[in-house]
Amino acid sequence: MKHASPLDIQPDLVVDLLVRFLREEIGQSGFDRAVVGLSGGLDSAVVAALCARAFGPAHVLAVTLPYRTSNPESEAHAKLVADHLGLAMRRVEITRMADGYLDQERVELPLRRGNVMARSRMIVLYDLSVEWRGLVVGTSNKTEILLGYTTQWGDGAHAVNPLGDLYKHQVYQVARHLELPRAVIDKAPSADLFAGQTDEAELGFTYAAADAILYHLIDERYNEEELVALGHSRELIRKIVDRVVRYQFKRLPPLIAKLSLRTVNRDFRYLRDWEHSR
Amino acid sequence: MDCKVVLVQNNPALGHVRSNLEQHVASVEAAIRAGADLVVFPELSLTGYFLKDQTYELGLEPDAPLLAPLLELSKKISISFGMVERSREQRLYNAHVFLEQGRVLSVHRKVHLVTYGMFDESRDFAAGDRFQFVESRLGRFGFLVCEDMWHLGGTYLHFMNDVDALIVASASPGRGADASGESLASVRIWQTLLGAVSLFTQTFVLYANRVGWEDGISFSGQTCAFDPFGRRIGMLEGFDPGELAVHMRSSELQRARVTTPLRRDEKPWVLLGQLEQISGLRAKPSAERA
Repeated sequence: MKHASPLDIQPDLVVDLLVRFLREEIGQSGFDRAVVGLSGGLDSAVVAALCARAFGPAHVLAVTLPYRTSNPESEAHAKLVADHLGLAMRRVEITRMADGYLDQERVELPLRRGNVMARSRMIVLYDLSVEWRGLVVGTSNKTEILLGYTTQWGDGAHAVNPLGDLYKHQVYQVARHLELPRAVIDKAPSADLFAGQTDEAELGFTYAAADAILYHLIDERYNEEELVALGHSRELIRKIVDRVVRYQFKRLPPLIAKLSLRTVNRDFRYLRDWEHSR
Repeated sequence: MDCKVVLVQNNPALGHVRSNLEQHVASVEAAIRAGADLVVFPELSLTGYFLKDQTYELGLEPDAPLLAPLLELSKKISISFGMVERSREQRLYNAHVFLEQGRVLSVHRKVHLVTYGMFDESRDFAAGDRFQFVESRLGRFGFLVCEDMWHLGGTYLHFMNDVDALIVASASPGRGADASGESLASVRIWQTLLGAVSLFTQTFVLYANRVGWEDGISFSGQTCAFDPFGRRIGMLEGFDPGELAVHMRSSELQRARVTTPLRRDEKPWVLLGQLEQISGLRAKPSAERA
């Protein structure tokens, strides 16, 4: 038996809750259909499976959004997942829309190119959500959100996100519980924004290490000395803490300069689920 | 005290008092048809929980004309439900109201508002300043709204007041899906607390908790009841709305209190004396000061 981790969750309970979350929060907005961008990776596969359970496969649109440099394996894995779940799959290649800008402005920097691709995908998903009459469901997990390893207004843009409070380790647990295809569970996580990219190579540390530090730092409120005492390197702890602090802006809505006596989200405070009582 | 209680595990629409009221009426009518004597709803059952600025908009007096249908139904069944109470002084309370025989018999204003972590109740609500109990046609009930249950004081006062049953109304967010136990950590801890309190107080404990979601936060349900021996006598499993019917009998209260006469042997004066020493709650007589 694998050694139990303090991050271990009860996947059956989590799936039950997340299916209810999707149904109720999307239902609250007056919808019963979802749009999911399927990258071929683990997170979007889990989200697609949760949506299929919540709304039925016929109510979930899986969209694959390849760019000309995308690894063909990503699309193959996306198709594998969609077929496995019985989802309608739509292929929208973003090459022309992205290159329209990238070529015109001669954008070379991989970071900028990656961001343009992520935001092109967002544009397509949001447009298709109108046609499909469903909401865009996000796929960012807690590890990515805390590390700021998302593109703001790109993959970070969505109506609701079932994975945002699950570390990568926990997403794996859910994926295994949902019996998703092994090929998707076993491969190295990649944003696939440029050839050969893997998340862990780009970040400079493994998800397992990040998860262990983040869990204790955030959920258990450990300080640096306590994290060192757990056996983590001080250098890695600081690197991760830096990212958590630096990318806080990605986790919050834009700042509004307060001028009036009642400012949106400051002292005009209502939930999204606000309903009128007449 | 021999009576049948229906605990309602509802999922109120946030801020939609009219539709929630309709649901309350339907649940009460169903409880009447089922032959129940008392129906208990969760905390803020009429309004939903994370109200923020809606708190000010939804405050009502417990005898407001809007609530007349419940008052009318209370001629047939006792009703305990949660609402935002607007007082004469324009203060807003997280209140649990008890209706009986067409009258508002009591209003418990939550004493221990939660203002930490994910909670911000003190921002919008005024805190109650007493633990309300009611002398009902069915028996003596003590009220605790959610966090009130976590402080020994309220439970102790109800114990000292010889209540027959505690009505614990809650809107407890579900959290902690860790693998170290079954169900949610928040549910596990509530079950421990409820069982322990029924043991300590030797009363029935009636726990009504809501379900549903508000902006990504779930409410964990598991509405349940305990007998005066700390034994669970019923529970709604899972996270769906529902009703739980339980019976309360005086004979059980008698049995528990004869077996272990905790209230008879309680020594409140010891507590009182030591509390004064600990916190200097009461100024010493002037002669002593000199």
